Order: sequence, then C-alpha cells, then structure tokens
Amino acid sequence: MATAKHTLVALVEDKPGVLNRMASLFRRRGFNIESIAVGHSELPHLSRMTIVVNGTTAMVEQVRKQVDKLVDVVKVSDITGSDKVARELALIKVKANSATRTEIIEIADIFRANIVDVASDSVTVEVTGDEDKINSLYNLLSGFGIKEMAKTGRIAMTRGSLVRSRSRHGRGKG
Amino acid sequence: MKRTGAQILCESLVKEGVEVIFGFPGGAVLSLYDTLPQYPQLRHILVRHEQGAAHAADGYARATGKVGVCMATSGPGATNLVTGIANAYLDSSSVVAITGQVARPFIGKDAFQEVDITGITLPITKYNYLVRDAASLAKVVREAFCLSRTGRPGPVLIDIPRDVQMEQAEFNYPRKVEIPGYKPTLEGHPAQIKKAARLINEAQHPVILAGRGVIISGAYAELKYLAEAAQIPVLTTLLGVSCFPEGHPLSYGMVGMHGMAYANIALHNAGLVIAIGMRFDDRVTGRIDSFAPQARIIHIDIDPAEIGKNVSVDVPIVGDVKLVLKKLNKLIISTERTEWIGQVEDWRKEHPSLEIRDSASLLPQYVISKIYEATKGEATIVTGVGQNQMWAAQHYCYDKPNTLISSGGLGTMGFGLPAAMGAKVGRPDSPVWLIDGDGSFQMTIQELATIVQDNIAVKIAILNNGFLGMVRQWQELFYQKRYVATPISCPDFVKIAEGYCLPGLRVKHRGEVVPAIKQAVEHEGPFLIDFMVEPEENVYPMVPPGATLVEAIEAPKKKVEAISDSAKLPVSNI
Repeated sequence: MATAKHTLVALVEDKPGVLNRMASLFRRRGFNIESIAVGHSELPHLSRMTIVVNGTTAMVEQVRKQVDKLVDVVKVSDITGSDKVARELALIKVKANSATRTEIIEIADIFRANIVDVASDSVTVEVTGDEDKINSLYNLLSGFGIKEMAKTGRIAMTRGSLVRSRSRHGRGKG
Repeated sequence: MKRTGAQILCESLVKEGVEVIFGFPGGAVLSLYDTLPQYPQLRHILVRHEQGAAHAADGYARATGKVGVCMATSGPGATNLVTGIANAYLDSSSVVAITGQVARPFIGKDAFQEVDITGITLPITKYNYLVRDAASLAKVVREAFCLSRTGRPGPVLIDIPRDVQMEQAEFNYPRKVEIPGYKPTLEGHPAQIKKAARLINEAQHPVILAGRGVIISGAYAELKYLAEAAQIPVLTTLLGVSCFPEGHPLSYGMVGMHGMAYANIALHNAGLVIAIGMRFDDRVTGRIDSFAPQARIIHIDIDPAEIGKNVSVDVPIVGDVKLVLKKLNKLIISTERTEWIGQVEDWRKEHPSLEIRDSASLLPQYVISKIYEATKGEATIVTGVGQNQMWAAQHYCYDKPNTLISSGGLGTMGFGLPAAMGAKVGRPDSPVWLIDGDGSFQMTIQELATIVQDNIAVKIAILNNGFLGMVRQWQELFYQKRYVATPISCPDFVKIAEGYCLPGLRVKHRGEVVPAIKQAVEHEGPFLIDFMVEPEENVYPMVPPGATLVEAIEAPKKKVEAISDSAKLPVSNI
C-alpha cells in the first residue's frame, strides 16, 4: 500500500510530560514522526500539536487511534484530506559577498522571504510557507552555499468551516 | 482540618473502598507506613518482593472486579513492580501502584534510591502521575482509580515524593472526575449494532470468539443468551476461558496455539466471526494472513484502537460488551443451526483434543482432571506460565464465571503464587488452587512466607517435570531436541514447604493423586503438593509458530520426532 505524509492535529492538555507521552507512543508503536510542533492554543490549559507522519492510510488511522487513547489528548484529527492551511518556517544562513548579496536578496523577495540578518560573509533569510516553497527556496540558495539551516515542524489547521458560511446565507440547519 | 499527604492518600483509599494493600516498605514510603495504623480498614499484606505485590494486586483485581492496590518504595522498590505493572497492562487489569519518590528538591539529582518510575512505566501504564503537592493528591487518587477501573481497565501508577507525604493540605475528595481527554465509549453505535444483527441473522456458519472483555464487563448472561438464541458455537481466548460455561453444549473451548483442534477448525471455517472483548493476539490467530479466510468479522470492544489493529473488520462496534450485547440480543432472531452445529460436533468427534493418553506414569493432565473432580469445578484456578498454564486451561472444566486467572499477554513466569495469593484474599470463601510449574514457581517462591504469615489458604499444585517444560517442548519440536538451558534442578519442594511452615506432600504415582488432593482440600490453610510428573510430556494440540490454525499438531500416539528446522520456520512472533 502506498505511503503518504499525513498531518494530524491534536488538542492536548498543557501538562508536563505530554510531549514525552506523545513521542514515547510513536517510538513504542514503531511509527515515524516526520515533524512535530507544539504551542499554546486559543483555549487555556490546552496546547495544539501538529504531527506529520509518513505511512499508509490504515497505519495512520491506527496512529490516530493510539494518540486518541492517550489520556492527555482531548481530540485528534487527521486533516490530510481536508482543505487546510499548513505552514513551516525556516531560517537559512547563506554564504554571501558583495557580488552575490543582491542576487540572494532578489531571490528572497520573489519568495516573499525576509532578510533578518546581514553580515560581511552571510545573509540570513527567514521564509514561511508550505514544504514545497521552502524546499524550492532552499534549492535555489544552495547554489551560493548554505552555512546553516533551522526549520520548524509543520503547523496546520483546516480552513474556515463551510457550514458556518452556509448558515450565514440562510442555508444552515433545518 | 489540614492533613498530611500520607493521611490524604489513606483517606482517599478508604473513599475508594480499598480494603487491602499489597506492599513492601522502604525509606521513601516511611511516612505512608507510619500513617497506615490510623486506618485499620486498610489491611496491609507484606509481600517478600515487590513483584509479588503487583501480581497479588492484579490477582485480587481479577478475582473481585475491584481495583487492586500495591505499594513500594522509590528506586528498586518501584522497579521491582515493573513486571507486575506490565502484566496488568497487557491483560487490562485494574491495578493502582503507589510508589514513594525522593523528596522534591532531590528529583533529577540521582539521589539515593531515585529512579524515574513515571518515565519507566510510561508505556506500560494506562496513565501515571508524579504528585507535585499534597493539595493535588486527593484529585490524583480519584482520577487514578477512575482511570484504572473504567473503559478498558489498566494499571495506573502514582509516584509520591516523600516530602509530599509529609506536607499538610486540606482534604477535599472530589466528587466528580473530569478528564477532558478521557471519555470511554460505552454504548455501541445503534447503526453498527443493527448491521451486526443482520449479519448474525443471515449467517450460515457463525462462531462467537469471546475474550476477557466479557468477564470484565460481566456479560455472562448476555453472551449466553446470544449463543443460545442464535445457536452459535462459543469459542474463547485463553483469558476468555470461564466467560461461558464449558459444560454448555455450545461451548467448544479455547482457540489458538494450544486451543482445541476442533475449535480452531470451526474458527478457520467460519463464515462469520463475532469477536467479543478480545484483541486478535498472535497466539489466538495463528498465521494472520490466513486467519478465518472466509469469515466476515464483527468486532465488539471497548478500545477503539483495537479495532482493525491486527485484522480488518467488517462491522466494528466500540462499546462496553454487556451494553452492546444487550442491545444486539434484542435484534437477534432465534435460529436453529442444526447443520452447522452438527458439523462442528463432527469436528469435535474427529479431533478429540482433551483425551488423556493411557500411561502408567504420572501425567500432568491427569493431575488437573483430578483437581477438577475434587473441587467439583468450584475452585478458582490460578496458573504459572508455560505448559502448566496450558494444561490448566485445557483440562479443568470451567463452568463458573471468572474462575481462571492467568498471565496471558505478557506470559509472566512467577505470576502464579502471588496472583493466587491476591485471588484468595479477594475470594476468602472459595477455594483457590495454584497450578504451577517447577520453573515458574521458583521465580516467586518467596511469597510462600507471605501466605503463611497471613494464613492465605492457597492450595499449590506443582507440576514438577524437571524442565522449563514449554521451552523444552519447543526445543524438542523445532530445535532437534537440543535441550539448552532447560533441564532445571529443583529444591525439595516438600522440605521448602516445611521450611516455610506449611504442609507439603510429594506425589509420584497415579494412585497417590486423589488422596493427596483430598488432604489439601480438607486442610484449612495453605497446602503444597509436588507432583513428579512425566518429564517430557508435551502440550497438544499445538499450532506451530507461523502456521495456520488448522495446521495443529495433535497429540500423537507416540512421541513425534522434530518436525522442522527452526531456520525453516516462517517469520512469526515466536
């Protein structure tokens, strides 16, 4: 069966050890985490985790159920098939000199990336976007020589609910 | 009024209806032990090794349906509980383990007897807590007991730093438990139940495959109704044994690696498998890709993560077995399935799996059948792990609900004696027999001192064959009889019994079996019988590892030669 990257979003209790429980579960069940990102959610005492995992649909469904079984997990959904917004952020420190600096800045501009640091021998680019965008920028910049890169895991959420916009037009419940 | 953390713990245990704690003291739980005498309703049973405490709590929980409690100090006390906790986890047993921890300022400093027990037990507990202040202790205990006994039961560990035990706080026992991420589904989905009923009503060749979930949920009557109304043969897993009366005409016994050949054949040829409160363990399914190949599968279980984990299921129903069966039974149309039942009966006749061969020597199966006769099937049987366990599951006829207590998922040698101790404490008025092997028994033999000190009247039958018998059997069948590290010398168990101050007998011949068992039954306290059984007797039927359920080796007329080279065995979980 074909494997694919799946994005799981979990609402979890903001308690010590929760990330450990999550990571431990993945290790123990032999599931591979591509990335995991955690931060506060809009709700007090709850964090939102975005987990990217590679596997077959059946395997990821088993992952989702096992995650859901964790007592600290309030809710978890696989939003892979949903209409969603997914973003990663990368900081890329590129080798630069007076001859290449302008070109690097132009490339960054095309990607709507920001220059966050300039030094005599380097330029640091901050880019936000989906995985493809970041990979493309990285590939372009690698021609100049990459000194360092740091990347966050993916964070994701589904787009605004269609149900709500329907009801606004009077086609809601009933 | 303010109370100490230790008092809050005891008050909370009393609120939870705890009557007994199996434990062993030490530096980090001194305050707890010092407080115990203030609560005479909490009986403490001093074990001789913490592993015994965890197994005893497990045995107690299984025998009573209540939560079993064990207690140990920090560091080695806590790590000694680990095997018992893992055992309870794999068999979904309600155990609450309480451990002492070094004082808060010392945590993380590698202090004396410090170990990260919440880290260690993370994958083998349903949940665990490191209690950070006395004020949160009552809530923690309340949650722990709720988690341990509800939904799919399991062990919960509470780690309490020693300074938290002494810290003062107000005691308010929360009336309600609110865990936002914990809402077990109890009621099965009505549409799914309807679908299941339709499949059952239309089925030509259905079987019921019942597991420990039936026992945990107490769904004996519901299961019986379903089986009788729809005339469906009932098969059980090892841990499902005694969820359905084995003397019932529709009972076809245990399936799996050492299951009845006819039960496995029926399962393999079934058109519909109604799996109830079980989890398709590899010991049950045999080779998974040829498990019940023609069958559609209905899977009823309280744990959604079990659905579709090992086999794909046609109709999943997540919920409490008893509640689901109640609803399902209303939709079942009474049916006669004479032809199918006749077919399964024929298989039973063609593959008699419980015949004890004629032998002048003392056979373990014979011993068990005599224990059955002497106890009239009224006893609770607790087993060790290995051949003794399989013979005990096969040759005692379990007619009464929840009368077999055995380590299924983890297969923990040494489970027997402490678990029997816990079971007897939980069922003081019914006979409890431990059927153990000489190897398994020696792993936790020290608990003899506990049953003597507390006069826990466990009857012990050791099937002594001088081998680690199940491993030897595998060596015989799959490793050309190379008996590496399986011949085991044993102490004189009768003298051991004498040393621990309990009566013991040795039985070498068939003729002595019945009088010895009679003596044990009539004796009031604990009693040990060392049965010197045939050393190289094998457990049959046996489905070889990696084989399909119908490829069982059945009891040969004489001993079989090695059947294959281990290197040629298909990859499986051996």
